[in-house]
Amino acid sequence: MGALFDRICEALAPKIGESSVAHGVLVLRIAPQALLDVVTRLKEDFRFDLFADVTAIDWLGQEPRFEVVWHFYSTMHRQRVRIKARVGEAEPAVDSLIGMYGSAHFMERECHEMYGIVFAGNPDLRPILLYEGFQGHPLRKDYPKEREQPLVPYRAGYEMPGGE
Amino acid sequence: MEMNLPNPIRPAFTKTERDDTTIVNIGPSHPATHGTIQIVAELDGERVLRADIHCGYLHRGFEKECEAHTWHNLIPYVDRLNYCSALINNFAYCDAVETLMGIEITPRATYLRTLLAEYSRIADHLTCVAAALMELGAMTAFLYLVMLRDYIYEHLADLTGARLTYSYGRIGGVARDLPDGWLKRLEEILTEYDDFVGRVHGLVDRNRIFIDRMRNVATLSTADAVNWGYTGPILRSSGVPRGRRKDTPYLAYPELDCEVPTGIMGDNYDRYYVRMREMDESVHMIRQLVELLQEKGQGPLNVDDRRCVLPPKQLVYGEIESLINHFKLVMEGPQVPAGDVYVAHEGANGELGFYLVSDGSGTPYKVHCRAPSFVHMGGAHRMIEGYQLADIVPTFGSINMIGGECDR
Repeated sequence: MGALFDRICEALAPKIGESSVAHGVLVLRIAPQALLDVVTRLKEDFRFDLFADVTAIDWLGQEPRFEVVWHFYSTMHRQRVRIKARVGEAEPAVDSLIGMYGSAHFMERECHEMYGIVFAGNPDLRPILLYEGFQGHPLRKDYPKEREQPLVPYRAGYEMPGGE
Repeated sequence: MEMNLPNPIRPAFTKTERDDTTIVNIGPSHPATHGTIQIVAELDGERVLRADIHCGYLHRGFEKECEAHTWHNLIPYVDRLNYCSALINNFAYCDAVETLMGIEITPRATYLRTLLAEYSRIADHLTCVAAALMELGAMTAFLYLVMLRDYIYEHLADLTGARLTYSYGRIGGVARDLPDGWLKRLEEILTEYDDFVGRVHGLVDRNRIFIDRMRNVATLSTADAVNWGYTGPILRSSGVPRGRRKDTPYLAYPELDCEVPTGIMGDNYDRYYVRMREMDESVHMIRQLVELLQEKGQGPLNVDDRRCVLPPKQLVYGEIESLINHFKLVMEGPQVPAGDVYVAHEGANGELGFYLVSDGSGTPYKVHCRAPSFVHMGGAHRMIEGYQLADIVPTFGSINMIGGECDR
C-alpha cells in the first residue's frame, strides 16, 4: 500500500499540492486546472479504473468556498485515492470526467444540482434527483432546509409545517 | 379535479431519429416495474434504440436533513436508504463514524454485525430474485423465496423490534444482545433456506422459458461494468471477482472462508445466478460466524467509551456524572473529531460508501452516501439499448434498483 502511494506521489509531484494518507486512503489536494492531467495519469499508469464518487463540500464563509471531492478505486491494486480541489463561488467550475469514466455522467449531474458545481465538458447537466425548474442548490449551506418548492401544489387550506 | 402540472423532467430527446420509430414513456409508476423510475425510450418496433432514464421520484433530502441532527439521530435515516437490507446501511454508517472517532468495536459486536450483514444480504437477494422471477410469471418460485424472506424479517423483528427499518446499529456497537433461542431459530431458517432455494433452482435454472428470457439479454461486458461504476453482484456477474469483503476486508471478514461467485456473460441469467450463489456463501459465512460468536465473541457488546455509548440507566439515575454524560450525548450528540472519512461496505447491491465530514461538533457538517443503485442507474441504458421492450422488466429486476438509496 505504502509503496504504491509513494510512487503515485512521486510521479505526480509537480501536479499536486499536498498529499497525505488518511484512514487508508491516499488524499491528493490539487489545483482544479490539474484535474484532467492527474486523473489521466491515475487511470493510465496506476490503474484506477473505477470512478466511485464525486461530491462537494460547501465551506460557507471560506474562500474559495467549495471543495470538490472525487473518489477513485483500483480494481487491480484494491486501493483508493481521494482528490480534492477548491473552487470559488464566482466560478465553481471543474473539468468533467465523462471522457474517461461512464459513471461520471450521473454523479456529476447530482453534484451539479446539489451544489451548483459546473462540470465543464459535460453537456448533460439536467437535474437528476430534483426536478426541472428547481430553484437553487439545496445542499449549499445558505439554502434553508425548511424552504419548500412543491411541484404539485398543496391542497387548499393546508399549511406547510413551519412554512415560509 | 383537473390539474395542469409542469413536466418534472426534460427528456434527452423528443424527436425520433428515423421516420419509422416511436418514442414511448414508461413510468414513473408503471405496474411492470418495481421501483419508481421513468424511462423515455425510442423504439424500432419492439426494439429499444436508446433510452433516457430518470430517477429522483423518491428524493427526500436525506443528505440535507442529516446536517441538522446529531450523529446518533441519523441511524434511523440510513435505515431507509436500502430498506431491503437496512442493517448493512446501519453498520456502514456506524463504522464510518467510529473510524473518525478512532473507536474499535468489541469482538462480540464485530461478529454480530458481520452475521447480521450477511443475513440481511440474504433477505435482499431473496427480494431481488423473487421479484425478478415473479415478473417473468414464476409465481411459485416467488412465493417460496418471499416466504423465506418473511421468516428472516420476523426473526429480525425478534431481535430488533422491527421488520424492515431496524435502527439496530449504534456508534460503538449495537442496540441490544441476542434474545434467548435466537441462534437456534437461525439454524432452523437456514435449513429451510437450503430446502426452498434448492426447489427454486430446480424450478427455474434449466427452465426453457426462463433461459430464453434471461440468457444473452442485457449483456454487460467487463469493461463496460467497470467504466460505468458497477459494483457488487452486477460487477461480479460480468466476470470481475471483486468485492469489499475479500479485497479490503472489514468487520470479521478476514477470519471467514468464502468464495466470490462470478458470472461469465454478464447477462440477466448470470446476475440471477450470482445472487443465488452469493446467498449460499452468506449462509456458509453465517454458520462460521455462529461458531465464532460462541467461541470468541462472549465479551461485552458495546465499547466502554463515554464519548459515544450511553452510560447504563442505573448510573444515569444514580450519579450526577452519568446523568450529565447521558444528557450531553442525547442533546448535543457524540463529539466527533474534525476531519473527513470515506468508508465503504459491501452492500447487497454493491459498494455502499459513506463520506462524512465533521467540524468537531455533535452534528455532521456533511453526510454523503455513495449509493450503488444510483450509480447503477447511470449505466442502466447500456443494458436496455438493443434489446426488446419486454426485456426491460427482467433487466430491471436483475439490477435491483432500490429507490430509497438511489434517490436519497
